[in-house]
Amino acid sequence: MSLTLQQVQKIARLARLAIPAEELAGYVTSLSSIVEFVHELSHAEIGAALPMAHPLEGLRQRLRADEVTETDHHEKYQANAPSVQAGLYVVPRVIE
Amino acid sequence: MLHTLPIGGLAELLASKRLSSVELTRHFLARIERFEPALNALITLDAERALAAARAADARLARGESGPLLGIPLIHKDIFCTDGVRTSCGSRMLDNFVAPYDATVVERLAAAGMVMLGKANMDEFAMGSSCETSWYGPVRNPWDTSKVPGGSSGGSAAATAARFAPIATGTDTGGSIRQPAALTGITGIKPTYGRVSRYGMIAFASSLDQAGVFARSAADAAPVLQAMAGFDPRDSTSVDAAVPDYVAALREPLRGLKIGLLAEFFEDLDPKNAALIEAALAVYRSLGAETRAVSLPSLPLSVPTYYVVAPAECSSNLSRFDGVRFGHRCREPKDLMDLYERSRGEGFGAEVKRRIMTGTYVLSAGYFDAYYVKAQKVRQVITDEFRAAFAEVDLLIGPTTPTPAFALGAKVDDPVTMYLNDIYTIGANLAGLPALSMPCGFIDDLPMGLQLIGPHFAESRVLNAAHQYQLHTDWHERAPQGFA
Repeated sequence: MSLTLQQVQKIARLARLAIPAEELAGYVTSLSSIVEFVHELSHAEIGAALPMAHPLEGLRQRLRADEVTETDHHEKYQANAPSVQAGLYVVPRVIE
Repeated sequence: MLHTLPIGGLAELLASKRLSSVELTRHFLARIERFEPALNALITLDAERALAAARAADARLARGESGPLLGIPLIHKDIFCTDGVRTSCGSRMLDNFVAPYDATVVERLAAAGMVMLGKANMDEFAMGSSCETSWYGPVRNPWDTSKVPGGSSGGSAAATAARFAPIATGTDTGGSIRQPAALTGITGIKPTYGRVSRYGMIAFASSLDQAGVFARSAADAAPVLQAMAGFDPRDSTSVDAAVPDYVAALREPLRGLKIGLLAEFFEDLDPKNAALIEAALAVYRSLGAETRAVSLPSLPLSVPTYYVVAPAECSSNLSRFDGVRFGHRCREPKDLMDLYERSRGEGFGAEVKRRIMTGTYVLSAGYFDAYYVKAQKVRQVITDEFRAAFAEVDLLIGPTTPTPAFALGAKVDDPVTMYLNDIYTIGANLAGLPALSMPCGFIDDLPMGLQLIGPHFAESRVLNAAHQYQLHTDWHERAPQGFA
């Protein structure tokens, strides 16, 4: 179960990770060993088990009431942003 | 020797005004100043804020307020958001991130009067078993500074073992509290999934992550867990159930307690490790507990199951780090895709990138059913086997780790070997069970841990069994040489 360089490049692209060319071979090796390790699961005898939805039996995701609970903190939150103008996050031009 | 007292003893001194929280805080700050260069256990130290919190605690004490934690110092793992204090999660990605709010755990312990001294070093985004993946450099084990302290909460564990504070918080996704507790000779508890709020705790694998406590004894951990636990409407997986009195439960006798020994835990166990477990079981038998063999045939699949489920959730959770709203941004991005790819490529370290890519792979079209769905089915089978075991026994006892602390650098180049450190701890995370590690002896002068796993919401029983063992043994009182 080894991955190819092309597969790893595709995964990195899907994950939005820039990997320098000289590091790619290392990821091919380590990701291949991880995939080989988890491949053990293919031999697992699991009968008719359903995929687990929650560790606590019978518990479901709670929903909250549709009410406004948050107040405006945008200035405090945007203090962590790399680039902000007039309360907006700035990114490179997307639309020409 | 304030740092050798249990928190009950410190609380008495504080309540009777023989000691102030400011004096206590200064005592621990002085220890940190002296010993931190040897360990690198902390990412951020905030003495000014700590002394302000200590003065506030002293004011509450002066008004006649009391409480088991009022004025007691602690260290938070740097995964918990702390309003106005850098919260890095051990990553370059968040090196400049100042949390805009407190995690529920932080808020509750502050309300109880605990004094935060600083934020503990950790494996980057809690991904690691040795504290070597931190952007801030590795943490060293106070028992032998050429060895790792375990991970991911290794800074919290090393700080507690070196007596930087009586208490530290941690998180446990696959063993990240219990494994470092074992390797540094202290007590660490991971509660039931949903028992403690995850609000403000930076997410790694949301179906597995749970916050817990490091302390030098179960008796010290109990009141801290008491203050942390309980329903929080801000965490959608928080369980709305009453929290029992953990401190009162410590005193329960163990007569008739049925302890299960998992055959799968003992199969390939190192004989020295097995001898320590056997000696601990002899203590439990002398206290009136019974032991019997139980088996979880699917347990050997827990590590591969975890290394599908956890990376899958990690790849999804860490997609929020995009270089736009917070965290690291690359210089001069040429377009939006370049901004995402380079900011993430530069901001994350190698192990985090490996896990994101593993997760991306197992969730990608064509592989999803073979890996992710299959792993979730195996997870259900393992959980069902635990449930069946707990129909027969009250508690499972076994080792926490296969070996004592290993040398720094010994396993960093081989991720799968590193992952196998968590072979005994991962099962409890997959099934959402409460579990504790406490010291039970030494191998080659390095501490080893005994693991207690209970059924869902049996934190009382786990802490009670640990406390009764600690009343009859003194492993938990041993301090690393040079840090006594």
